[in-house]
Amino acid sequence: MRDRIRKLIAERKVVAVDVDTLTDTSDLYEAGLSSFASIQFMLALEDEFDIEFPERMLTRKTFVSIESIDRSIAELIGEQV
Amino acid sequence: MDAAPQTATPSAEGPIGAKAFLDQLFTAGVLTETGVDGLYGRSGDFEEVIERFEALVTRYAGADKAERIHFPPGMPRPMLEKSGYLKSFPQLAGCVHSFMGGEADHARLLQMLANGEDWTELQQATDVVLTPAACYPLYPTVAKRGPMPEGGVLFDLKSYCFRHEPSQDPARMQLFRMREYVRIGSPEEVRAFRESWLERGPELIRSLGLSCEIDLANDPFFGRAGKMLANNQRDQGLKFELLIPVANEKPTACLSFNYHQDHFGTLWGIQQADGAPAHSACVGFGLERVALALFRHHGMKVADWPQSVRAVLWG
Ligand SMILES: [Zn+2]
Repeated sequence: MRDRIRKLIAERKVVAVDVDTLTDTSDLYEAGLSSFASIQFMLALEDEFDIEFPERMLTRKTFVSIESIDRSIAELIGEQV
Repeated sequence: MDAAPQTATPSAEGPIGAKAFLDQLFTAGVLTETGVDGLYGRSGDFEEVIERFEALVTRYAGADKAERIHFPPGMPRPMLEKSGYLKSFPQLAGCVHSFMGGEADHARLLQMLANGEDWTELQQATDVVLTPAACYPLYPTVAKRGPMPEGGVLFDLKSYCFRHEPSQDPARMQLFRMREYVRIGSPEEVRAFRESWLERGPELIRSLGLSCEIDLANDPFFGRAGKMLANNQRDQGLKFELLIPVANEKPTACLSFNYHQDHFGTLWGIQQADGAPAHSACVGFGLERVALALFRHHGMKVADWPQSVRAVLWG
């Protein structure tokens, strides 16, 4: 799943740096993720994983790193089964 | 005051509800109904209170030497489009439309009017949108001047603003005035400016016999994506409001203190003296809201307001 997230970050040019320089815990906002870009990214993730982030997850914390995104998506996919 | 004289004004404490307060304002002639919610006439007293309040604000800010610049309540449409306002607040924006047809269209328009049909389809968007916040026309103006001087800049603005949110809450008008100070400069300069107003604001409001509190806030961003913007704004402490109890259970935001980081600096290309994107912050005074708080707490007759309050405003 983390690879799919990485691929999406690269494809959508979500951050200002090369995605390969990011670790799973790198702060995406520090890497150039803007407020507006984070919304586009959120919608792209919903498309890619066929999920819908509930309101409680629509925070900076959810999208701060690849790891935190992975955790949130896992939780949502888990909820669906 | 333990022996306060009985007046016709009902108890000015506690939430009476927005609609009841609006009716009081109409009855007392402070506001005049027009038939559209959020669009009212203002009495001479109401206007004078706003003038006196603005003079008080100027006294607090006097030493800062802000450059005063007033824009009209309409701004160029391309400017609003570029500002990102429509991403965040499509529901609040107002675009001016006008008739641009020929004589045949005019005849059709009159026919539609006479038939009670919707004639507005014959209107086309003009280059003018209604200004949603006093500071929006400022950023491109400053950008055009080129890199800022060392130490940044400070502006004193005022404009009628439009937000499409018809309501019977007098504190939520569709057309209202906003006085603003806008600081543009380095992150430190801009944050220091906001800090200074977070101290001055409550002091100023309390000197008028009004209670208030400062709270973290967010803008009413549109939709689910907006929820995320609002959460981001809160997480980063970008917006604070000064709240005064007016008519509702929830107190009313009468001043706001906004730190935009380098959002407008980057968007419009405003540069600090060293070429880095400028940061900006603004403090906004909702002039009608402050006046409403005063009428709510001190009564509908300005002449009967407590001497201490009158001394601050008219002294
Ligand atoms: Zn502003």
